[in-house]
Order: sequence, then C-alpha cells, then structure tokens
Amino acid sequence: MTSLFLLQLLNGVQLGVLLFLIAAGLTLVFGIMDFVNLAHGVIYMVGAYLVVMFAGMTGSYGLGLLLTLPATLVIGLVLEALIFRRLYDRPHLDQVLATFGLVMVVTELVKIIWGQSPLSILPPDALSGSVPLVGALRYPVFRLVVIGAGLAVAVGLWLVITRTRIGMQLRAGASNRAMVGALGVDIGRLFTVIFAFGAMLAGFAGAMVAPILSVDPGMGESVLILAFVVIVIGGIGSVKGAFAGALLVGIVDTLGRSFGPIILRAVMEPSAAAQTGRVLAPMLVYVLMAAILAARPQGLFGARP
Amino acid sequence: MTRWLMRRRVAAWLIFGGFAALPLIAALTGDPYLVVVATRILAFAMAALALDLILGYGGMVSFGHAAYLGIGAYAVAILSRAGITDLGAHLGAAVIAGAAFALVTGAISLRTRGIYFIMITLAFAQMAYFFFVSLSAYGGDDGVTLTTRSTVLGQDWLADDRVLYYAALAMLLGLYLLCVAITGSRFGRVLTGARENPLRMQAVGFTPFRFQLTAFVISGAMTAIAGVILANQASFVSPSYMNWHRSGELVVMVVLGGIGNLLGAIAGATLALLLEEWLALFTEHWRLIFGTLLILVVLFSRDGLTGLFKGRGK
Repeated sequence: MTSLFLLQLLNGVQLGVLLFLIAAGLTLVFGIMDFVNLAHGVIYMVGAYLVVMFAGMTGSYGLGLLLTLPATLVIGLVLEALIFRRLYDRPHLDQVLATFGLVMVVTELVKIIWGQSPLSILPPDALSGSVPLVGALRYPVFRLVVIGAGLAVAVGLWLVITRTRIGMQLRAGASNRAMVGALGVDIGRLFTVIFAFGAMLAGFAGAMVAPILSVDPGMGESVLILAFVVIVIGGIGSVKGAFAGALLVGIVDTLGRSFGPIILRAVMEPSAAAQTGRVLAPMLVYVLMAAILAARPQGLFGARP
Repeated sequence: MTRWLMRRRVAAWLIFGGFAALPLIAALTGDPYLVVVATRILAFAMAALALDLILGYGGMVSFGHAAYLGIGAYAVAILSRAGITDLGAHLGAAVIAGAAFALVTGAISLRTRGIYFIMITLAFAQMAYFFFVSLSAYGGDDGVTLTTRSTVLGQDWLADDRVLYYAALAMLLGLYLLCVAITGSRFGRVLTGARENPLRMQAVGFTPFRFQLTAFVISGAMTAIAGVILANQASFVSPSYMNWHRSGELVVMVVLGGIGNLLGAIAGATLALLLEEWLALFTEHWRLIFGTLLILVVLFSRDGLTGLFKGRGK
C-alpha cells in the first residue's frame, strides 16, 4: 500500500510538472495581455510529433529534442507575427474564435502529415531502465528525468522572473501594461518573446512525454483543458500559482484515479466501488477547481478577481 | 425601432416559412437525406439560439454549451433504457437536468468574468464529458444506440423523419418566441444592462448576478431540449455530443449569424452546418478550410465577425 502510494505520488508529480510546462507560458500570455489562447495545446502536440520525426531522422532522441526546441520557438514566433499580434486589442470572443480556428487547422494539418493513428518513440537507451525506490519497487529512469527536467525549468523560470531585467519588465507588465509602455519598454517585443518562449515550453513538454504517452492528434486537447484548470486554480498571470496548481492537479488526479476505488471499498461492495470510483475520479480536479473558486474567485495566487 | 421590429418579423417569416416548406422541396427533388440534415440544423439552431440569449444579450461567453446538448441526449438514452419512451418525459427530464447543471456550474462560473468565465465553463463541460466517458453502464466512450425514437401518447409517430422534422421545427419556433418574449421583457432589459454596465445596474437597485444566473439556467435548459432532438435524429448518444469542439462550433454559429439578434443564431447554425456538409463533399479534411476561413474572417474584418455581421438594433 505504501509503495503503491509512493509510485502513484511520483506519477502525480510527473503529470504535475508536465502541466506546469504547458501552463507556465499560457498563464503569462493570459495574465499580461489578457488574451485567450486555445491553441496552446496544439503546440504541445506538435512538439511531440516533431521529436518523433527528428529522432527518426537523426536516429537519436536527444538530437531530436535539441531540434524540436528551436522548431517550436520558430512556430511560436511565426504564429505570433501572423495571427496573435493582430488580436491583442480585440474582444475575448474574437480571440476565442481565431484561436479555435487555429486549433482546427493545426490538428487537421497534423492528421494530413502524420496520419490519424498514434505514433510512438522509445526513450534513449541510457534512460530506458528503471531504478529501485523502496524494497522491490522500481521506477522508470525516464519518468524521473521528466520530473527533474520540469523542476529544473521551474527553477530556471523563477530565476529569470525574479533576477533578470526581462523578468522585471515582465512582472511590471503584468501589473500595469500601459505604464510600462509609457516608461519606454517595447511591450510588443516583450510579448513576442514571452509568447515564443511559452510555445517552446509547450513544445518541450510534448517532446518530453512523447516516449511515455502515445503521440496522437487528440493529445493536446485534454492537456489544454487541464492546463486551464491549473491556471484558474493558481490565478491568472502567476507562474508561482501555475506551479502550485499544476502539482495539485497532477497529484489529485493521479491519486484519485488509483485510490478513489480503494477508499470507496470501505463504504460499498468492491464491484460497485470500482465502478463509482472510475466515474468519479476524473471529475475530482474539476470539483477541486470549483471548491477553490468558491473560496477564492481570483485563484490561489491571483491578484485580480 | 419599429422599422427594425418590422424587418425582424419579415425575416422570421422568411426563415420559418423556408424551413416549413423544406420537406416539400425534398419530396420534389427526391432527396430524403435533406430532411435528415435539416433536422440536425434545427437542433443546432435551438442550441445556438439558447447560447445567443446569454452570449448576445448577457455578454456571457460560455464555451461549454455542448455539455447541455449531451445532457439532453443522455436524458433520452437513460429513460429509454428504463423503458420510458414518452417524449414529454424525455423533454421534462432533459430540461430539469440541464437547468440543474446550469444552476450549479453557473453559480460558480458567474463569480468570475472575462477569461476566467470562458475557461471555467469549458472546464465544467469537460467534467461532464469525462463523467459520461467513464459511465460504462451506458457504453462509456462508445455511447449507446437507441432502439426506438421517443413516443408521443404511446404512438411512434416520430419514427417518420418528416414528423420528427416538424416536431423539431415547432419546438424551435416555440423557443424562438420564448426568447423574443424574454429579451423584450423587463428581465431582458436588466440582463442587457448588466452586460453594458453591471456597476450602474447595481446602483439602480438590481443584482446582476441573479439575472445572469437565471438567464444561464434558461439557456442550459433550452440547449438540453436541442439535445433531445439530436439524440432522436441520430438514434445514437455518445459523449462526443459534449466534445469541446462542439461548444466551439456553437459559439461560431452564434457569431456567424450576428450576436444579440435571435434570428442570427438560427441563420448562423444553418450556414455553419451547410458549409460543413458542403466542404465535407470535397475533402475529409474540411476542418482545415473551415478553420482557415474562421481565422481570416476574424482577422480581416474590422471588428472581427461581430463587426462583419453586426446585429441590427442592438
């Protein structure tokens, strides 16, 4: 029981850091530019497809990952220049519609280029084994690497935001965009940088999970909506909130799915418990979101309601 | 204003008259598929109408309205499984379930606004989606096939596609008249006022939250009715009714026809579905074209789609 708990906790943390990588870029875009971007999930999906393609071309997952990062960065820059830049001053409804159109286009393009059926890729040989945790329990090295990479990005982001000039501009932009612009900071360029960087983080997340999950055209959607839940819980515009929210959602979702039926078994018969648990577990994170919103409409770390 | 009302009345006669004549045209051209497509259009028109009530008049961008379509459809599936096939019971259950879901999620979502509201309505719809995906008693992801359509007074009149079509048309007309009455009433004016300036509405003594929540609940219940029609038309119910793409398509329909003018939602639903059907004739990748058109129209009309098809009088 304890070892199962530990195992699921690690899986939860792994889902959490994954969600953080996606939510971090998204929450900055939401918070600073007051911009709704539904197309963030497809960039995560494209990242996964690109790593499969590049790894196939170079024969190495590591090289594939190195090529995927600049590729998603460029995709972010191009999309920002072509589409997003024109939408910043528009009503939310227009932003929703245009980015929804983009989701349709990119998903369809991916289907045309790589087909409908799921692709898969093996983790690099050096990381494909597993390490002993407690007693007989072992855990795949690659999943630990994903957790480590996610945490490293979180630390790196924290350093950038709190210790660098661009981080300072970013924090200032989040609290008063017009004033920062009046003081001579090129807000347009700042946002291009944030947007492209967020796209790269999403692409990085997709590339990291490609060896763990199956790579298919629907993979961006469930993650996008979970990232929304993370942002709503953490508070729009707060990277700290995105980190806390992502871990909370990742752990609650994973533990709920594995322990929900076990806990229910205490109050009902096993088969009914298994069934009820299976139905209720996926709803848990949304109930969590509703509870947090009822108490704090601005989210855990959000400034504005 | 009176001229505008006059024009709207003419447009309403044209739209509903056109729909009423459609089965005759289908019979003349010998294309029974037309009635099937048109029934789907009527169902989505109801849902778009319901969404326009809160989006156009209340300013609430709900990105989770497909959930109510699914709730209405599952009301049919679950009651039929239990042996209750009466249309009245199906509609009643759909309305109650849709209103209840809207009441709970609306009360939470309406504590927020703007981007939050969009994301939260989307998240709650996804919650409903996952609930039905994991509901293995009703087929889970695969859904359930309905053996019969809803019955009226114990008779299977709706088994005839044309009867189902006219029943749907009558419901759409009823819901349209209901919406006209609501938006023209004092309630509707407070709702529009709350969209324009909630603070001022509060200052003159209204609580915007109550009006918005009531409108949200009415809209949810109306969309559930559309779900009942959709389930009957397809004789099949699955969680895909609640897919967030559906919610997006509903928003597209409302905006395409012009927000805040009820007939626009009906026209938008018709236009969007016909465009889908037409594009699908050429390629299975019709979403590529549909999505590109959507982006281009939003980018290159001055105020986006909203400006291109500006609703009159609002």
